[in-house]
Amino acid sequence: MSRDAYDRITRRKIVYLIVVIGAMILTFFIDIMTGPAWLSMKEVIQAIFWPGQSDPMVEGIVWIIRLPVAFMAISVGAALGVAGAEMQTILGNPLASPYTLGISGAAGFGAALAMVLGVGAVPYAQEFLVPLNAFIFSLITCMTIYMLARGRKKNQTETIILVGIALLFLFNAFLALLQYMASENELQAVVFWLFGSLMKATWPKLAIVTVVLILLIPLFARDAWKLTALRLGDSKAQSLGIDVRKLRLRVFVGISLITATAVCFVGTIGFVGLVAPHISRMLVGEDQRFFLPLSALSGALLLSAASVGSKMIIPGSIFPIGIITSFIGVPFFLALILTRKEGHW
Amino acid sequence: MLAVRNLSFSYGQKSVLLDINLDCKPMLTAIIGPNATGKSTFLKCIAGLLKHRGKVILNGKRIYDGDSTGQVSYLPQDNGTPIALTVLEAVLLGMHQSLSWRVSQKDLDLAFGVLEDLGIEELSTRLLNQLSGGQQQMVSIAQSLVREPQVLLMDEPTSSLDLYRQLEIFNLIKKVTYEKNIITLVALHDLNLAARYADRMVVMSKGTIYDAGEPYAILTEDMIKTVYGVHADVYMDRDGLPVVVPKVSSSPAKRIQHRDTLGQRQPEKALGGVLTP
Repeated sequence: MSRDAYDRITRRKIVYLIVVIGAMILTFFIDIMTGPAWLSMKEVIQAIFWPGQSDPMVEGIVWIIRLPVAFMAISVGAALGVAGAEMQTILGNPLASPYTLGISGAAGFGAALAMVLGVGAVPYAQEFLVPLNAFIFSLITCMTIYMLARGRKKNQTETIILVGIALLFLFNAFLALLQYMASENELQAVVFWLFGSLMKATWPKLAIVTVVLILLIPLFARDAWKLTALRLGDSKAQSLGIDVRKLRLRVFVGISLITATAVCFVGTIGFVGLVAPHISRMLVGEDQRFFLPLSALSGALLLSAASVGSKMIIPGSIFPIGIITSFIGVPFFLALILTRKEGHW
Repeated sequence: MLAVRNLSFSYGQKSVLLDINLDCKPMLTAIIGPNATGKSTFLKCIAGLLKHRGKVILNGKRIYDGDSTGQVSYLPQDNGTPIALTVLEAVLLGMHQSLSWRVSQKDLDLAFGVLEDLGIEELSTRLLNQLSGGQQQMVSIAQSLVREPQVLLMDEPTSSLDLYRQLEIFNLIKKVTYEKNIITLVALHDLNLAARYADRMVVMSKGTIYDAGEPYAILTEDMIKTVYGVHADVYMDRDGLPVVVPKVSSSPAKRIQHRDTLGQRQPEKALGGVLTP
């Protein structure tokens, strides 16, 4: 009897995964259809699957402009979803997101440094000056937190959170200083970067984000059971034979790489990394075998839907996606929270 | 055979365990003693969760810090954060070392088997955050039994359970200990519960072992006075097991005595009767 009930619950979780995959594929195609020039679903499918047989103009729009952006929404959304899910897991905190620990602040400062002063952390990389700077400063922040937390035997979580928050304020202050010093044009560029945008997506950038994601997700997946146990609390996880300090630091490095890679190309797109894990937790619970993939998928779905929304608000123009994620995400999220009876955190 | 040799442990400057030596055979051993004598710390050291001085040897092999072979299962007092995880998944976590992404039928059978043994099979699909404190404790017990350990360490495993469940759980722990030949160590405050179920009792006091032996030899009025600082009478109940009845001299206790006299209730009979499952 119980076994049947258990099988039913497992099947339901798989159905949730399939439904979200379906919705994500649908929004992906709608994302390609929408823009200053509207395309039909037929045109899009023809241009993607039978190139050479359709209008060269349509093909150009689809392959050069819209496909990288649509894929980038999926990749970055999945990256933020996964990073948020694991950040909430290792910190045991519902407010945690990929940006909680100063990663966004550092990325913003790095990017602004390149835009305002033209100073790059790596020379001879003009095209990638801004993303490389953002990436390197994100990693410097993460490594500082890592080094300080590694030596702590007790209160490791608190150390990670407090050092991260302190660094967030520090980089925000540096960023404000740069904005104060910047010319009008530079200031505009910095502010626009901070909004977050998928519009600068290109195939090579997409490849980098996707490869990092594909390499790191299996590392989290391998620790799925341990990460589930970690949510029961440190002492409980330890009693189950898990080295929680090593697990936390290992996962933190993974989150840092994923977040730094995503944020350096698209700027700080908020909310997805906070909300996608909560939505997933409400649907499938804390078992990371389902929670981890669903967080990735719902992050991808959310950002893809936001990408569609950013082009539909004022036809012909494209809003920065970082603004839209919250507009779409907040009402949806509130509806989910208020309609649930059981607490999930 | 579990052998503890010269085990010492300190939190910073504060010594908690001082040069402990103990041999444990496959049976139910109760560890008793007042608060802050190091009972929990002792169990954690055996489980390899705390870096200590000295050795813990199981069947001739030393157990190292952070041992994760699954031979030793430790049940902490803390049941953990109740999260949105089904009871079955929580029980499966007990054997996470051997689980792959897809749970085999054999592992599912094992988990359901333990839930059936504990009589909580109907909870299997409930979420941990929907359970009562007592039910969460049952799940924690299931989690430690599902590993099929050689050494089972339990820290106050029945502290939030009602009397019926306490007796049921101890009957089960005793049954599992004998059937599977497990070395079971349980830290307990309830001396009468310990006397009823333990084959052997170890008394801890101020970070050392004060005495160890069979319950009737250990539970003496002298020991209780010296270790706990409490005057108590120790009776033998109908089953020949020692029953501890603290002497109370303050005014509320006198009122209770008066009521007992009115009700013609004999302390030893009353406690003996309560403890019969």
